[in-house]
Amino acid sequence: MTDMTERFGAREADGIVRCDACPVLCRIRPGRSGACGRYANENGSLVRTDPVLFAERVVDEGGALVPFAEGDWDGQAGPNVETFVTGIGSGTTYPDYKPAPFIVSSTYRGVDTVTVVSEGIFSYCGCKVKIDTDRHLGPERSSITVGGEPVGHVTTAEYGSQMLSIGGVHHLTGTTKKAGNVTCDTLLKLCGGEPVELAIESGSTVVVQAGAAPIVNGKPEQRMRVGCGSATVGIFAKQWHGEVDEVIVLDDHITGVLTEHQAGRCLDMPPSGIRIEGRRSTPGRYFQVANPGLGWGGTDITDPFSVIRDIDRKHAWPGMRVLITSTTGEDAVWCVLGEDFALHEAEMPVAVRRTVERIGENCEPSLCSVLFMAGAGGSLRAGVTENPVLITRSVKSGETRVTMGGAPVYVWPGGGITVMVDVERLPQRAFGYVPTPALVAPIEFTLPLELYTALGGHAGHVQALDEVVRSHGQSARREAWTPRNPWPLGRATP
Amino acid sequence: MTARATAWTGPIAARLAGNRLHLAHGPIDLVIWADGPSASVERAYRAAGVAFDGLLESLVAVLPQLRAPVGSAEGLPPTARLMHAATAPLAVDRFVTPMAAVAGAVADTVMAAIRAVPGIERAYVNNRGDIAVHLTPGASLEIGVVPELRRPLMAASLRLGHGDGIGGVATSGWDGRSFSLGIADAVTVLAASAAQADAAATLIANAVDVDDPAITRVPATDLDPDSDLGRLLVTTGVGPLADAAIAAALDNGARYAQTLLERRLVNAAMLVLEGRARIVGRIREEIACSS
Repeated sequence: MTDMTERFGAREADGIVRCDACPVLCRIRPGRSGACGRYANENGSLVRTDPVLFAERVVDEGGALVPFAEGDWDGQAGPNVETFVTGIGSGTTYPDYKPAPFIVSSTYRGVDTVTVVSEGIFSYCGCKVKIDTDRHLGPERSSITVGGEPVGHVTTAEYGSQMLSIGGVHHLTGTTKKAGNVTCDTLLKLCGGEPVELAIESGSTVVVQAGAAPIVNGKPEQRMRVGCGSATVGIFAKQWHGEVDEVIVLDDHITGVLTEHQAGRCLDMPPSGIRIEGRRSTPGRYFQVANPGLGWGGTDITDPFSVIRDIDRKHAWPGMRVLITSTTGEDAVWCVLGEDFALHEAEMPVAVRRTVERIGENCEPSLCSVLFMAGAGGSLRAGVTENPVLITRSVKSGETRVTMGGAPVYVWPGGGITVMVDVERLPQRAFGYVPTPALVAPIEFTLPLELYTALGGHAGHVQALDEVVRSHGQSARREAWTPRNPWPLGRATP
Repeated sequence: MTARATAWTGPIAARLAGNRLHLAHGPIDLVIWADGPSASVERAYRAAGVAFDGLLESLVAVLPQLRAPVGSAEGLPPTARLMHAATAPLAVDRFVTPMAAVAGAVADTVMAAIRAVPGIERAYVNNRGDIAVHLTPGASLEIGVVPELRRPLMAASLRLGHGDGIGGVATSGWDGRSFSLGIADAVTVLAASAAQADAAATLIANAVDVDDPAITRVPATDLDPDSDLGRLLVTTGVGPLADAAIAAALDNGARYAQTLLERRLVNAAMLVLEGRARIVGRIREEIACSS
């Protein structure tokens, strides 16, 4: 983004920025805005805080993105710049039966297209949070609190991740006013990419931030497991063959034992005689070797030898080489069976160390991802058309594309317009709230003009894009298009 | 400042939907609507533009005086005199600077130009929530009221009529565009002029207060180095309050509002905190559904 501090103001002491945009010459401290509210000091730079967000991209393939016309902008879109008016800061109409704040027409690839731009007030909304970790965060269905107020619950474990549900209408408006406000604030922070500390009943505290590693009980997670213990055995069996006599891969879900596992059998590895704790599922695959916890592989194990129940002297032999590792390779120990038939820790050979490192290499970084989920099927639709069910059907058929701040959404099948969007794909400062409490989020419906008219759209309120740009360009916040989002004016599906 | 900046910084005028006029310059943002024969409306809008031209500059020229506690009105330009006149009566027992009435006084200035045009039956000049209104006999106007400034969502509407003696409506709260010494979510005041309503709303909102650890405050100049409030503590956050604290804060504000009512400085006031409201004076209110 172009820094306009020097052009439209000056830096002063203590991080203060003087804004020369009007004769008041506000001196603005960091994090504050000037008297107009349109200019602010963001980390020592003068920025615009303006309401509606225009996202722009250059049309030429491979052309550089031009985020800002450096202030010399005359209110016109440049000849090679396409503008998409987002719902961010567009405002809501009240009551809903009034047409949406912006109904913008433009021609895209020869088709007259309309985008209905609005901010929706969502009482029915929440976040689905995916936390990449095998560490035990808390039992399924446990309550999640922030500052002692319930805001959500633990839901299913997925492959390498734990899912949380935060918010939802019940938490927002179904309990106490205070719990509703805390829930609203939590959602707003999650959607805005800010960190939030969640406390899980009978479990951990976890700091969640979209796009960042989760911090579990104060410790940042590094890696997702490469797979469960059995999968890890399957992936690395061949690389271990000849270097080790037994491998135990500790995992919260399924712990793998190489020589007993089908993968080891196929390599004709002799049984090691090591029997481990837990409940055998199929050969070489064990459930519940330990309790869930913050130790090795998402178990409560801190002493890896504690998983060994006994060693059968009929099969084991002194000098037998054993690797015990977690499913992320973060914890691993190398040991050799002594004459006493006990395992003794020893220095790991280089070849084996490489396989452990490769486990780590194959683990993806552990991240938190946040999907905002909301129902746009209510009265909001009246701002789009006088016959709301038609817009619902059109969204379902794919003729009308729904975006939030320009970001693509997933529309659930079935009734209503229930959408999910990755909050990281929306521009910054896209979400707000109302005291109800409920969240405010941008939403845009894009469809061919002909269809819009046929659906009973507010045809009399359609404004040409040029006109919108001319009348609001001076006050709008203008940002470069997020390149990984598809341009919304294209067909939803070919 | 410099020539290159003028493209951004000059006053702007634009027509909005519903034949409204939009005039903006720096912190001033006016949405204007006048009703009457179309020739009169056009004349009124031209007159508004003329009144607006140079208005901000005239205030900036005397800014240090306007940011100081109310003193002499000598040498002040017309809009600044309105600010002075609206705040001077409040200065007898409260800290106040003419800046407490700036938004309302700007609206009044432009309204004076509009109402002088023959044929204008009703009009409003809305300066971001501080509104000057003009109604001729038989005319009425509905004004939306917000219960919280954080998110201006209309929750009720007031019907103003000619003969109510109301020339201005203003709203103030701790989370609005100006700093507040109090914790009101919103104080809406009806008064004879927008400047008077603005100043009174500011001071009543200051008075809606209680000593409670859930309230965070910082010296005004820590936020805005040039604030007219100097080192006075302004509200930056209001945590959960007990019912008794909410009631006490509203009592404090209502008591002060009552004194202004008795001194005929306001016609009515509506005080809102944490979803609870007090009304001082008489308000014709039509509660609309909240979202």
